[in-house]
Amino acid sequence: MSDQRTRKTMTVEEFDQRGRRSFLTGLMSLGLVGAGITTVAFQTGENDRISGTLRNVHDFNAAIWETLYSPDRLAKTFDPSEAEPIRVNGRHGVREEIDLDAWTLDVVGPAGETLDTLVISDINSLPFEEMTIEHKCVEGWSAIVTWGGTQFANFAALYPDAAEADFVNMQTPDGEYFVSLDRESMLHPQTMLSWELNNEPLTSLHGAPLRLSTPLKYGIKQIKRISRIEFSNVRGPDFWELRGYDWYSGL
Amino acid sequence: MSDTMAPPAGNDTDEPDEPIEVVAVEQHSRAIRWMHWFNFPILSIMVWSGLRIYWSFDFTRVPGDFGDFNLLPNIFYENLDLDRKLARGLSFHFSFGWLFVLNGIAYVLYLAFSKEWKRIVPKLSDLKNVPAMMMHEMGMKDEKPEQGQYNVMQQLAYTTVIVMAAIIVATGFAIFKPVQLWWLTAAFGGYETARAIHFVMTAGITGFFFIHIFQVARAGFGNFWSMITGYEVEEVPVSSADTSDSTDTDDTEAAHV
Repeated sequence: MSDQRTRKTMTVEEFDQRGRRSFLTGLMSLGLVGAGITTVAFQTGENDRISGTLRNVHDFNAAIWETLYSPDRLAKTFDPSEAEPIRVNGRHGVREEIDLDAWTLDVVGPAGETLDTLVISDINSLPFEEMTIEHKCVEGWSAIVTWGGTQFANFAALYPDAAEADFVNMQTPDGEYFVSLDRESMLHPQTMLSWELNNEPLTSLHGAPLRLSTPLKYGIKQIKRISRIEFSNVRGPDFWELRGYDWYSGL
Repeated sequence: MSDTMAPPAGNDTDEPDEPIEVVAVEQHSRAIRWMHWFNFPILSIMVWSGLRIYWSFDFTRVPGDFGDFNLLPNIFYENLDLDRKLARGLSFHFSFGWLFVLNGIAYVLYLAFSKEWKRIVPKLSDLKNVPAMMMHEMGMKDEKPEQGQYNVMQQLAYTTVIVMAAIIVATGFAIFKPVQLWWLTAAFGGYETARAIHFVMTAGITGFFFIHIFQVARAGFGNFWSMITGYEVEEVPVSSADTSDSTDTDDTEAAHV
């Protein structure tokens, strides 16, 4: 059997010295790596659950994956017959039963100006379409669901100047839940303002009368019961980002 | 490490005049040793943070007739003090994952260019030695099939673990970016299946880890030490052994092998 390993004749002292040297090098490296990891990864600010460095890596990852973004790259769609019931996972902002008659949608431009105040019939008059996609939760579960509504791009087309802004920031009527998404993801053909789930009108807990749905993002970004849509050049705060999650949360 | 091995200066007992020489064989090159030890904390962080992610929805759904199954009961995580911190798990996983990937790429490139892969990947013709090697390992047979640096069982284990790591990385990306990398997700049979493969492979690599620790403990200190120093004493030449006191030679063995 061929054995090409190097053989050296050395004194026991040399062998020992080699061992000590390697061991100390290893020990020092271990100390450095340990101290490095502790400093960059474990030291969190008072109001954050992850360290600033890990937060930066989230943004670094987002920058990498954004380069692959294309409005032509569609998430996989499924046959509507494959749609299944989906659990209610988050109740922030939708705890109170919705009063559909009182609901309005404020549309705000980049300078903070109110562009419009809409009622549900205004939204429902936009072109309707359905998509059956795999909805994914950041916790790891997924469910195939059919969303019915209109592409956000159809809505944005009503406000062409404002829609040039870099971000879209949205919130619930009570202001408890809020998200911020990048313009490209919002204008993707599979990002929708939805009012139907599995061919039924949205229930209160699933976000009636209007919610965001997109297979490009985890569920944490798909805000329910939207009452305010702001086109903004400022990346807005995001409910779960403040709790240590990735702002981008793109799939 | 051992003061006893320093030449006792000015000591006029019957110590040999010549320092004792040994033949040391290079077991692991410097690059391999660095990558091996670098991998240890990184992989630990990946498994630790991965368990936090897994715990937040610890049902791995396997499509077909298998139904749902739960790999790990809650008591397991509770004893590991994982504390249901998903955001922390995700942030560590998606940061340190890059280091795991870079180290893995460096390792594979190194094996390829140094030709050291030939030590690890078993030859097809050696696979017939598997039963004999197993018999030997289990103590049912004294003789051992002829081998290079590693026996055929080791080769299979080391090769498998490299393949498993590659699958872990690929399925990891498939569930990390199922839209951007849709072709990768599709190649693994979809999001849910890729996720299941990711966890099963992690269980496999963790299993390898424990077997590895057990086998290293069995092989003895010299073998373990060679992953730090690179060299392992192969033999104490007869000439040295002859001229030295037999008790000393035994000490040498005890201290270094």
